[in-house]
Formats: sequence, C-alpha cells, structure tokens
Amino acid sequence: MDAKKGDWVRIHNIVLNPEDRSPNLPEDTKKVPLEMWDKGFLLNENANIGDIVEVESYIGRKVEGKLVEVNPFYDHDFGKCVPELLYIGRQLRGYLEGSEQGE
Amino acid sequence: MSKDMSFEAVMARRPETMKKAIGIDYDVFESGSIAFDYERMMRETGYSLQQMQKIQSETGVGNTPVYELRNLTALARKFAPKGKGARIFVKDEAANPSGSFKARRAATACYHAKKLGYKGVIAATSGNYGAAVASQAAMRGLKCIIVQECYDSREVGQPEIVEKARKCEAYGAEVVQLTVGPELFYSFLRLLEETGYFNASLYTPFGIAGVETLGYELSMEFREREGKDPDVVVVTNAGGGNLTGTARGLIKADADTQIVGASVDLSGLHMASDTQFNRKSFTTGHTGFGIPFATWPDRSDVPRSAARPLRYMDRYVTVNQGSVFYMTEALAQLEGLERGPAGNTSLAATFALAQELDEDKIIVAQETEYTGAGKHIQPQLTFAKENGIEIVIDDPKDEVPGENIILPKDPSYIKTKDIDLNKIKRSYIRNCIKNTKVDSVTSEDIEFLVKDTKSSEEFVKKVLDELKVEY
Repeated sequence: MDAKKGDWVRIHNIVLNPEDRSPNLPEDTKKVPLEMWDKGFLLNENANIGDIVEVESYIGRKVEGKLVEVNPFYDHDFGKCVPELLYIGRQLRGYLEGSEQGE
Repeated sequence: MSKDMSFEAVMARRPETMKKAIGIDYDVFESGSIAFDYERMMRETGYSLQQMQKIQSETGVGNTPVYELRNLTALARKFAPKGKGARIFVKDEAANPSGSFKARRAATACYHAKKLGYKGVIAATSGNYGAAVASQAAMRGLKCIIVQECYDSREVGQPEIVEKARKCEAYGAEVVQLTVGPELFYSFLRLLEETGYFNASLYTPFGIAGVETLGYELSMEFREREGKDPDVVVVTNAGGGNLTGTARGLIKADADTQIVGASVDLSGLHMASDTQFNRKSFTTGHTGFGIPFATWPDRSDVPRSAARPLRYMDRYVTVNQGSVFYMTEALAQLEGLERGPAGNTSLAATFALAQELDEDKIIVAQETEYTGAGKHIQPQLTFAKENGIEIVIDDPKDEVPGENIILPKDPSYIKTKDIDLNKIKRSYIRNCIKNTKVDSVTSEDIEFLVKDTKSSEEFVKKVLDELKVEY
C-alpha cells in the first residue's frame, strides 16, 4: 500500500474532456483535457498510486481524484547558473565608477 | 436532485452564482445600454479612502517605503541628453505582508467578506494576488481557496506560478491547480457554488479602492519630502487595477501627475495556448493581459469591472522581457534591492522614460514585488532555456516573444515602445458596441465613453461615425 488514512497526498482529475471544453480555444488546447490537481489528507483506509480516492483538503473540503503522490513537496529552486547574466553587474558598476554617486 | 455540473449549465448559472458570491447587485448601476454609473458603483459599494487606510492598517498593509534610486538616476543621466534624466524613485511594495501591492486589494476584499459573514474567500489567480488573499484571509480568520492556471498538458509548470502555489499553502490556503485554458472560470464558479464563499475578485470596487491608498501615499510622501507631487508615475499594467487604483488615489490627493502604464511585450503569444504557455517568461504585467483588459475591461470575473485603465492612462508603453531582467539585475547590483522580476516592468520603463525628462523632475516606479525560489531571474531564465527559448545579449528591439529573450547590450538599449492609445480607445468603443449589441448609442453612452476613454466628445463621435453607429 502506498498510502494510509490521514496521509497527506496529491490527487489529479480530468475536469473537462477535450470534447466538453469551451468552444473558443486555440487548436492545441482543444486537443487536450482540462486537468486539475489538489492536495489533502487521505480519507480512504488504504490506497495505491493510481486509485480513485477521497481526500479532505487543508481547509476541510472533500475532493475525489486519482492518487498521484504521497507527501507531495515543492522542488522549484533558484535555477542553474545563467552565464548570460554575468556581464550586467560589472558593466553597470563600470559606468558609475568615478561618478559622484558611484564612489 | 443534484445540480447539472456541465460546462454550459454552470456557465449559465453565472449571474446568480456571482451575485451570491460578491453581494453586489450590479443591475442598479446599469443604464440598459453601454453606460453604467461607475462613480456611483465605486461610492456605494466601495470604501472611502479613510476607511480603506484604517482597514489596511489593521493588517499591516500599506505605508511602504519610498527609495530614491540615486545610482540608477546617475546611470540614466549617462545616456540621456544634457540636462535630462529625472530623479528615479521606487515604492517598495514588496514590504507589504505577502510581498506585493496586491495585499492592498486583498485587505479590503477579506475585510468585506468577513463583514458580510462569509466563511471563506476564493480567488482565481496565478499571481501575487493569491498569496495576498491567502495572507489576509489568515489574518481575518477566513478559509481560502486559490484557483491557479499552472501547468501545460505535460504537467510542466511555470516556476513563478509554482512558487506562488507554495506561498498560498504556507498561509493555510487550499490551492487548486489547473492546466491552461479559460475554463478556469468554470472550475472557479463550481467552487463558489459548492462552498458559498466570497469571490475575492481583483475587479470589485473594494478591490480597486484598496489600491487608491497607494496613489494617495505617493502624493503625501512626495509633498512631505520634496514639496511637490511626483511628475510621472509609472505603473505595471495587466488587468488595469493597479493603474486605476493608483490614479484614483492620486486624483483624490488632487495631484497633477502623469500616469504611464507599462507592460512587457508578449505580442504574438496566445495566452490560452497549451504549447505557448511555457514559452513566455512573464506570467503577469504583460500585453497578453494589458491589451485585452484595456480594450474590454468587463471580460473579468465580475459583471462590471472597477478596473478601467483607459479612464486614467496618459500614456502606455511596452518594454521587452530582456530589459526587465536586465533592470532586475540593476536594481540588485546598484541599489541593493533584490526584487521582482515581473514587478520591475515599470522600473525598466521608468529608466528609459527618465531620460526624456528634465533633471529636476521626479519619476516613480510605483511597485516592487518579493523574489524567491522559482520567482527570480535565474530560475525563470533557466526555465526559458529548457523550453527552447534562446537567451541573447544584443538589441532588445529584435526580441521575438516565445523564441528569444534579448538582454540589452548596455543600458542605452533599454527603450520603451509607445502603444497608440487612440487605437486602443477605438477598440474599446468597438467592443462596447459589439458586446452590448446596440444599434444606436444614447447621449448618456457618449458621455460615459468620453470618460471611460479619457478622450473627447469629438473623438468618440468620430469613432462612432467610422463604425457607422447612430447616435
């Protein structure tokens, strides 16, 4: 079993299938469903990834969906080194060197 | 019996759902034609400036510091004609709880929701507003749901938006994340129906009035320290609320200040496109919101938007993505302020516009926003590269949104491009005719259109003639 009752999990749902979507969409968006993710405490006794489950969201709302992650976490960061940016600070300080405000 | 939850059925119930979720009967301000009584709406459903100041001070919002950016001013003068180069200032709105000016809008929305007895608030936003509502809701003891457009169909999310989801959760909110598409509004309506919570829309009279304090503070602060109002205030423009509120606050202070809107140029990218969603490096403050909301403000999530930028805008300029990133570095490296990047759109424009003004003039970039993991120049440019965007150091005028980001070779390449405001005003009038489905306009309509486009009767009549509409 991947998760038990009370575990903090992430769920996924298809909100609208492509054929049920708004008529005014760009061609690429028309081809794909509208999808949704939410998080909550698992209400089922046990569940595996991929099962349809019910959760209680952090504010207490009950939501159903497919279990996709247990103990979900964020991994966004400060990115990689972007060498293209490195000239900016030195260039700017170079312009101000010797001027009144730059001393 | 369960309700019909199909797209059509939920959208059809929109008027009643909205009325319940905002507590405003917009019908009483309608004329039955194009015109509606904007000022009456603002007066009767909003709050006075004094009330607003009190509400915001209760939750630590507003009275943010103003910094003179002396090094940036000196830099601008190096590239300006002799005698030109206005003094550049910035209002550090990042100092608000939740890290942006949006706290001002959220403060009044949450206060109002609490006063009317709602148990919670919902906002549809991928931006700083979500964090602002979540933060203010926490202070007022309200539950909070934020609905975000976050991912493309590969479940790849803009790092900036993912960070905002994290921040909302940090304040105890539930974050519902969706893939690209305007049907976000459908999910939003379903949540309002299910929960009975308050729609903390960005576009209600109280939301906009919440920004008036910003404009008012600017006037008071500059009168105190410089003995005059700022000559020019530059506002990052997306949905129009920041500009509208700031301008109204300045007007309430009786300030004689030019209002310039600034947006990042994202022309050519479709905002509802699944494949283009992650080819942009700005998720707000760009023309993809700025132009549609200026030419049709009532596209928002309320029947009548209180954000009407054309009423107040004296000039509208764009800057490219690369220049805003460059200016974000400049703010950190020369002024010791690590902020943005999206909130620095107005600063990039300010830097260029200062060079047109005399040295004794005062120009203000009226906001900053917090920065952090995901929401920072490095992760955003890393993400751009991963999505096939080329990062180039050259002349920004050749930037093609969705293909490359051009960092200016040196500060002299940071330029603004003027948007023809008359063209925008014409589009707005055309949209009024089209969306209201009228064959002829009344004298009340003309008076309204003159005000709503900050133009003249002559201009409005000329456009109506071109459109072959009777009046």
